Amino acid sequence: MQIKESTQTFDAIIVGSGAGGGMATKILSEAGLNIAVIEAGPFFDPANPDHQTQLKQPWESPRRGAGTTRIFGDFDAAYGGYEIKGEPYTRAPGTKFDWFRSRMLGGRTNHWGRISLRFGPLDFKRKSFDGLGDDWPISYDDVKPYYDKVDKLIGVFGSKENIPNEPDGFFLPPPKPRLHELFYIKGARKANIPVIPSRKSILTKRINNDRGICFYCAQCNRSCSVYADFSSGSCLIFPAQKSGGRITLFNDSMVREVITDNSGKATGVIYINKNDRKEYELSANIVVLAASACSTARILLNSKSNQHKNGLGNSSGLVGRYLHDSTGASRSAFIPELMNRKMYNEDGVQGMHVYSPWWGNHLKLDFPRGYHIEVSGGIKTPLYGFGFNLDALNQFIGHEVGGYGESLRDDVKKFYGSVIGLAGRGESVPVESNYCEIDNTVVDEWGIPVLKFHYKWSQYEIKQAEHMQDTFEEIFDGMGAKVFDERPGEDKNHGLLTPGRIIHEVGTTRMGDDPKKSVTNKFQQLHDVKNVFIVDAGPFVSQADKNPTWTILALSWRTSEYIVNELKRQNI
Amino acid sequence: MDRRDTIKSLLLGSVAAGLAFNGCTLDGSSENNIKKVSDSPLYGRTKPELERDKELLEQTFFTEHELLTVATLCDIILPKNQQFGSANDAGVTEFIEFIVKDMPQKQTPLRGGIMWLDGYSKKLYNKEFIECSDSEQMAICDQIAYPKKTKPALKPGEQFFTTMRNLTLTGYFTSKMGIEDLGYQGNTPNVWDGIPDEILKDYTVKYDEDWLAKCVDQSKRGEIAVWDEEGNLIS
Repeated sequence: MQIKESTQTFDAIIVGSGAGGGMATKILSEAGLNIAVIEAGPFFDPANPDHQTQLKQPWESPRRGAGTTRIFGDFDAAYGGYEIKGEPYTRAPGTKFDWFRSRMLGGRTNHWGRISLRFGPLDFKRKSFDGLGDDWPISYDDVKPYYDKVDKLIGVFGSKENIPNEPDGFFLPPPKPRLHELFYIKGARKANIPVIPSRKSILTKRINNDRGICFYCAQCNRSCSVYADFSSGSCLIFPAQKSGGRITLFNDSMVREVITDNSGKATGVIYINKNDRKEYELSANIVVLAASACSTARILLNSKSNQHKNGLGNSSGLVGRYLHDSTGASRSAFIPELMNRKMYNEDGVQGMHVYSPWWGNHLKLDFPRGYHIEVSGGIKTPLYGFGFNLDALNQFIGHEVGGYGESLRDDVKKFYGSVIGLAGRGESVPVESNYCEIDNTVVDEWGIPVLKFHYKWSQYEIKQAEHMQDTFEEIFDGMGAKVFDERPGEDKNHGLLTPGRIIHEVGTTRMGDDPKKSVTNKFQQLHDVKNVFIVDAGPFVSQADKNPTWTILALSWRTSEYIVNELKRQNI
Repeated sequence: MDRRDTIKSLLLGSVAAGLAFNGCTLDGSSENNIKKVSDSPLYGRTKPELERDKELLEQTFFTEHELLTVATLCDIILPKNQQFGSANDAGVTEFIEFIVKDMPQKQTPLRGGIMWLDGYSKKLYNKEFIECSDSEQMAICDQIAYPKKTKPALKPGEQFFTTMRNLTLTGYFTSKMGIEDLGYQGNTPNVWDGIPDEILKDYTVKYDEDWLAKCVDQSKRGEIAVWDEEGNLIS
């Protein structure tokens, strides 16, 4: 097939429009660079009525919001899922990894939980603390100024708590707890576990005149139509366009490879236009990869040339290695005191208003690293699946199970809003033997060789999940809640979810000072190719128990400033 | 009108119309009155999603007999009361018809479950379930509606009835009528300012003042955020 060359040359091509790509788009375009943003999915704007799912009623979906078409339900703002038609991936026998991709402008930022936690000083230096994995080549102090700027630009609610490894920031005020969250506070305190207001990138207060203020519909996963939550399109890319940035969006465009000249320097990319199924070449002085940790690794590994025989930036052989996801396990319980609730609107913001940061850094435990606890529950919009748990609850309180007729109406109302869920999200220990590579026997429908995953949890993560279960039970006990589901045992890894399920893929192009042991330097620049940068979570050396997005944003900002400075110095 | 007549008239109305507009009338013979499914992405669909919905809506799974059986069970499970309509009034049979097409793994359990029910009904009363009197139908339901009490031989019926109960409850309480019945007041713009006092007073838990002091002052939500150098909000 003949490659069609674009006549345009850009200062920078940014591959991917999620958190990292969105931030790079904003900072680089503000510095005057002419930018191409290449996104594998369609254009998306939550303010566009055709795209909007916010405030839709359950019955507007014929499947009542069930997850048959979109894995997290019809109203969730992620075009994609763990499986995408025409875009497969494979797994090595005996290993597991579920890979979530969202093909749309803004990527996964449109539906994420907006839990916006800074990594703490310890999170950058875990090896020094427990001897496992590696330290980052940078410290909290290197990133702090960027966290501060991200807080002020994008907005995050929270509270100043002065907890050593949970740095405070420039917070908007948090919302008040809901009723089930007061029960959680009581239970956590009895168990001597800290509990503080959540930290989420949702505007409880006006931050500028371009974005709206939260109107408490609890639907940030639908992406906010007044831009009161952080989504990359609405908070970074659109404002950058509005303020006059030279930005060209290439939607439905899937990058296959980065191309290089005889000196090994990148000259642009080749992408497939999904609409006409033709391939195109775009040229630029700088390539910024922000396709997601695994997609970026895939692009690099598929970018083979005489100068880069193992793939671009892969002289270390480490592209794709050290892939890791957060750990996750959960449990739910029933609060008898919350039976027969009086109705009122307690939607609040999406997800929890309170949470527990990790408390055990100095405890002697049989696993390394830690986890935070997320809380769910309350009087929520009924969607598909509502009413399915009546039998379990009735059995639990010793009432007649089953039945039909008017009594079912009473049963439903009796239990509505009485169930609370706890979820642990923890840090795993990155290892070289967990990785993705190119599967040379399989291509996707765009003709691009796909990824093959190799991933196994170790006893560290399994033991951590067991500790989560113990903790959940202790907290439930303290708040007077009754666990009604069976505790997942050793045969089920104590409820530890399959790797990839928490959707915090990081580590595939880790940063470091030694080019033999890392893929990028501490500015997320490939050791091997000076004009290629990575601003997704690939360069993470370790994923703390914090959600990665706030750190992706801070590091992308830092890298973008570095790019601008290096250009000024004519180093790239 | 007794329950069966109501159901028949309803089926001739909503469900039958629902099938007819997709080109498949219940008797399968007529192409009259075909209405096109709207192309309007009513709930934020992408094009492939819209096409999938349309494709499902254009198919018919249940036969007329099966639909009548589903509808009869739905109204036994959730009959109307003084204030609210029955499951069928809330469109639950249509919802179940859609769901079995959307989730094909439910097709055999439901189709087979209906056959099981008719088989058992014939054994007891020598007629299919929907031909039975109200009291005969209730007598059958009583034997399969209470999981703790079901005779081992009737377990397949229990399984079927439980699935029907789950789908009926979900279908009803996600409908406009069901949500009103439930009293859910959310999914609407508002300014959440904590649990109302008249609610909170009924519980053993309380807000503590230190915590509330950190929380949002909703009277200032419209003022642009300004911080001092230490990160204290000063607006």
